[in-house]
Amino acid sequence: MSDGGLLEVQELNAYYGPAHVLQGLDFSVDEEPVSIIGRNGMGKTTMCHAIMGIHPGSATGSIRFGGLELLGKAPYKIARAGIALVPQGRRLFGSLTVREHLRVIANRGGNGQWTPERIYTMFPRLAERQRNDATQLSGGEQQMLAIGRALLLSPKLLILDEPSEGLAPRIVDELVGNIRGLAHNGVRVLLVEQNLGVATAVAERHLVMVAGRLATELTSDQLMSDPELQRRYLGVEPLSD
Amino acid sequence: MTLGIRQLPRTALIALGLLVVVWLAIKASQGGNTFLQVTLNGTTDAALYFIVAAGFTLIFGLMRVVNMAHGSLYLFGGYIAYVAQTHWYAGGTSQFQLGATSSTSIWGFLVPLVFATLVIGLVGLGIQQLLLRWNQGQDLRQALITIAVSVIIADQLIAHYGGIVESIQQPTSWPNSIVIGTFRYGFFRLVVVLGAALAVGVLLYLLIQHTRLGMIIRAGVDDRPMLSALGVNVQLVFAGAFFLGAMLAGFGGVLGGTMISVGPGLDSQFLLNSLIVVIIGGMGSLPGAAIGALLLGLVQSYSAIYLHFGATDLTPYGVLAQFILVIAVLAFRPLGLFGRPA
Repeated sequence: MSDGGLLEVQELNAYYGPAHVLQGLDFSVDEEPVSIIGRNGMGKTTMCHAIMGIHPGSATGSIRFGGLELLGKAPYKIARAGIALVPQGRRLFGSLTVREHLRVIANRGGNGQWTPERIYTMFPRLAERQRNDATQLSGGEQQMLAIGRALLLSPKLLILDEPSEGLAPRIVDELVGNIRGLAHNGVRVLLVEQNLGVATAVAERHLVMVAGRLATELTSDQLMSDPELQRRYLGVEPLSD
Repeated sequence: MTLGIRQLPRTALIALGLLVVVWLAIKASQGGNTFLQVTLNGTTDAALYFIVAAGFTLIFGLMRVVNMAHGSLYLFGGYIAYVAQTHWYAGGTSQFQLGATSSTSIWGFLVPLVFATLVIGLVGLGIQQLLLRWNQGQDLRQALITIAVSVIIADQLIAHYGGIVESIQQPTSWPNSIVIGTFRYGFFRLVVVLGAALAVGVLLYLLIQHTRLGMIIRAGVDDRPMLSALGVNVQLVFAGAFFLGAMLAGFGGVLGGTMISVGPGLDSQFLLNSLIVVIIGGMGSLPGAAIGALLLGLVQSYSAIYLHFGATDLTPYGVLAQFILVIAVLAFRPLGLFGRPA
């Protein structure tokens, strides 16, 4: 069946001290992209960090990837197992140039499918800005670099945490194209979004997170056709088109 | 323009700084050779401070560990080299013979230097792996643990080597001093220690700016969890950085033990020096350590000599000058000259 890239999350709980942030998450991500949507502060980023092993509190339950238990493993081992994170807010390294970002990660783990050259082909604008510090890039360019950096691990699963945040609509369209292209080429995608347009353009399955729990699972059609659902789970005014 | 009350201390500090500069200019014009001598003393002390503090700031920048045992590693390094030199290359370097029969070959200096540097690197690595690693992120615990280590090392050094001040011999074939016109200055201080500091500075700069390991270190300073999430084994990098930082303390200890001496009390003195250097320069910054060391060395050197005002001799209070320096820098740059928020 698979290349060992199935992500299975079972009974995942996470705590910051006494605060119970994730309350028994159960879901899986296979070959089709999955999106997780929900309002601010519902635990979406905590979930990404818990999967990646960089959660600062404590976590219980099970996160299996290709049959391998990840919970409790060091982040670098999780990355080398084939999961890469494009974090919320990009989190680029302020003292590194674009080229250095790609050099730090190149030839680490993965199977070497992705090289800095291939990243530059995918994002020509990064090639032009190789010598610039990451802090000098525009928001869109920063997002390209954050994605490029993650791809150098040649991940089987790419987790994107609010990639459209703070980007101009035209750049968001471009980004959606990039993510769909990756998914089409066999990279599994777990997308965390507040932007329904982006979520539905990338994924068909949507898990709605409310206060640390997965409240329901919806298809794109259900989500787009029901303004009441959108208001209840996301607190947004319905999309009009 | 009104002078706000909060502006007042800063204005006073600027005035004080100007006064110091004018005062030094007067001194420089009065006695050329003495001034040159005092300036070179400050500069060469600074070179030694830089070597030691570079290791301190490297460890802090990457791991946020304030290694309070850094001064002990410095002194321990000096003792190891001293013992290695007297035992392995016993040319009769007893202090009672005062060079009558003693001679030290180049190897008799270099082998103890390299040996002590490596051993101290391993000692530092041991401290990090055995004591600090499982207390990561707990600043207070790490500070207390390293203070405990420094107390233990200091007592053990006194127990084994006693309270007598010793010094490591430079190779006999090296000149004692160099002479330029009417001016004479110590060869080891001016050429070896200053040269070593420049070499350490350039090599560390190249390492940090131009190698992949350096990029990993910079990325780790910026965002450690993210670097780890990108497949880099940060623990391995930490171990390497601690080894390197401790080696610099040991290396400085051998140079200092040759240039000045090895003896009780130098450990806390060099810990204090390192702390002042990185507080002035900015914790974790290499250029900051260089500037901080130079400022500290010069201020110490000038204040020890030039605090005479007519009949009043203030040189016994010269040690206070370095703290005034710290206050002055922090008043304008609370994070140090090159400091960045964590």
